[in-house]
Amino acid sequence: MRSIIDIVDFSTQELEDLINLANDIIENPQKYAHVCDGKKLATLFFEPSTRTRMSFEAAMYELGGHVISMTDAMSSSAAKGESVADTAKTVSCYADIIAMRHPKEGAALVAANNATIPVINAGDGGHCHPTQTLADLLTIYREKGHFDNLTIGLCGDLKFGRTVHSLINALSRYENIKFVLISPEELKLPSYVKKDLLRANKIPYTQTTDLDKSIPSLDILYMTRVQRERFFNEEDYLRLKDSYILTPDKLAKAKKDLSVMHPLPRVNEISVAIDDDSRACYFKQVLNGKYMRMALILELLREAGTI
Amino acid sequence: MTIDSIQNGVVIDHITAGQGMKLYELLHLDDLDVSVALIKNVTSRKMGKKDIIKIDADIPVDLDIIGFADPSATVSFIKDGKLVDKHKIELPKRLVNVIKCKNPRCISSTEQELDQIFNLTDKEHGIYRCAYCETKFE
Repeated sequence: MRSIIDIVDFSTQELEDLINLANDIIENPQKYAHVCDGKKLATLFFEPSTRTRMSFEAAMYELGGHVISMTDAMSSSAAKGESVADTAKTVSCYADIIAMRHPKEGAALVAANNATIPVINAGDGGHCHPTQTLADLLTIYREKGHFDNLTIGLCGDLKFGRTVHSLINALSRYENIKFVLISPEELKLPSYVKKDLLRANKIPYTQTTDLDKSIPSLDILYMTRVQRERFFNEEDYLRLKDSYILTPDKLAKAKKDLSVMHPLPRVNEISVAIDDDSRACYFKQVLNGKYMRMALILELLREAGTI
Repeated sequence: MTIDSIQNGVVIDHITAGQGMKLYELLHLDDLDVSVALIKNVTSRKMGKKDIIKIDADIPVDLDIIGFADPSATVSFIKDGKLVDKHKIELPKRLVNVIKCKNPRCISSTEQELDQIFNLTDKEHGIYRCAYCETKFE
């Protein structure tokens, strides 16, 4: 039974097939409107999430399927002491596929090892969030038409930002990619990511604390939020949360075809004055996320022989 | 110092000096109701000093644990006073319930009866990472 825990679970060909499927869904929604008739997605969210849960639910409804959910799972089974393994076994009796978010790193793998239906990791703490990366990849593909020959600026929390690590992993597979890593000293990309992904794949990168100087060279600027929940110390969070704020002044120095991305939710990293700029892609990312989740649900149910 | 040779059992030799007690504990040798000798700082031509463990019983030993704790060790199985099998140890690809993940955010810190699994991710540098959260074991 195939589950998706990490973006590395996909080969490059599989990623491209999934992007093609998502594009076909966008162009021919009617063709897919009933492919999951009578099938059920279980959404198990053990920590607060609005957009990811709603995205999965909208995806399943648009495929013709149904959604059952454990709303606020932390106050139900987990509060009674049920293990993730037991929850996964139980929900396998009710649904055809699971989307799960959990605050503990590795929880999705435990669920996948125990479920008898496919499990999609909708975020396991600071570890992996593969469907966000799928949304990012579809957005890059639809904006640029290719994944090679791009200079990508990653800005903000590069230490705890799981979406950043996954995106580097996914894009490192392509030719002539360059990364500009823009962060405060305390939130720099971990050395193991640089060693295992960038240096191992001979991907050129520069590290800087200066967004203004970096922005003119970029094809993509991927902004991230400094996440309060990843800090043990509130003082550190408060000190670092306003490190980078993208404003129209800063954007004026960028290329005309720059794509500004953000996994959302934003706090104040991107001024709302940028929302109407044609280079702002973050709400397109949200929509693309739904289409990629549709493609993923479809593909996993097909592989499981459920549809 | 003289330790009798064994007739039937296991000799773990070429243990890096000072690692013998760690290996003794990891293999839970204190639970055995047989003669076990831990010899420390034995003079060695190759290693200068080494530790040796002799177990006077024909029991299975977990080669993965020995490989993780000290890949330079060798394991010899003795039957009727003769060497019948000798293993040069390698770093195991996977460790199950040998070491524990120290990441407080890892699911293995809360999930009941979950095996502690580590995978060898860098053979050259002997780096193991938790199978669940990928935290490096240090």
